[in-house]
Amino acid sequence: MIWSDVTSDPIDTARVLERVGDPEDGAVALFLGIVRNHNDARPVSGMDYEGYGEMAREQLAAIVEEAAGRAGSDRIAAVHRLGTLAIGEVSVAIAASTPHRAEAFDAARYVIEEIKKRLPVWKREHYLDRDAEWLEGRVPAAQCGKVS
Amino acid sequence: MDVTVLLFAAHRDLAGSDNTVVSLPANSTVGALLEALRCRGGGWASLPERAAVAVNRRYANGATVLAEGDEVALIPPVAGG
Repeated sequence: MIWSDVTSDPIDTARVLERVGDPEDGAVALFLGIVRNHNDARPVSGMDYEGYGEMAREQLAAIVEEAAGRAGSDRIAAVHRLGTLAIGEVSVAIAASTPHRAEAFDAARYVIEEIKKRLPVWKREHYLDRDAEWLEGRVPAAQCGKVS
Repeated sequence: MDVTVLLFAAHRDLAGSDNTVVSLPANSTVGALLEALRCRGGGWASLPERAAVAVNRRYANGATVLAEGDEVALIPPVAGG
């Protein structure tokens, strides 16, 4: 199935995988984004994810639909987490199921790259040695005249 | 006409508010709205001149014409994943 969500609930990767897969598929790619314990050599203690909830849900649904169209597969699932996450927690999970591996990898890659470009989500890092700050992000292409 | 503006993350910290209502002349553009916000002074003046925006949850640009009741979100550079 084609499925996506933006949620403050912890991500259960097994349940994301259950949403894809088919007897005709020989490949499933699973990508996980994880909160890591450092950024540019600064020790990080956690991360707050904030999103424009309704728009983020609509954008992620559109991204997954695009990936499905490109891969020729309707077995793609993606979920992005919001809220306060600890080191090691899953912030995003993407599963893609296709007959062969290349399309599965490509679909998962497409979804995470588009998330980075246009999902209205922001993150504030907490550091062990200084105050928390919002991370530098990417300007969505729409600002430069291209409306999507 | 009145439009609702939503602010997130660093923009919210600058403005000190996560939403506001702005009254504008009919058929004003997103660009005019951003100018009106910055002209409030204080933290509002620190908002970027050319922020990315969404109108009714779809990406728009400075030339987009607004209508009564629109929900306009200022979108700081995104950092999902």
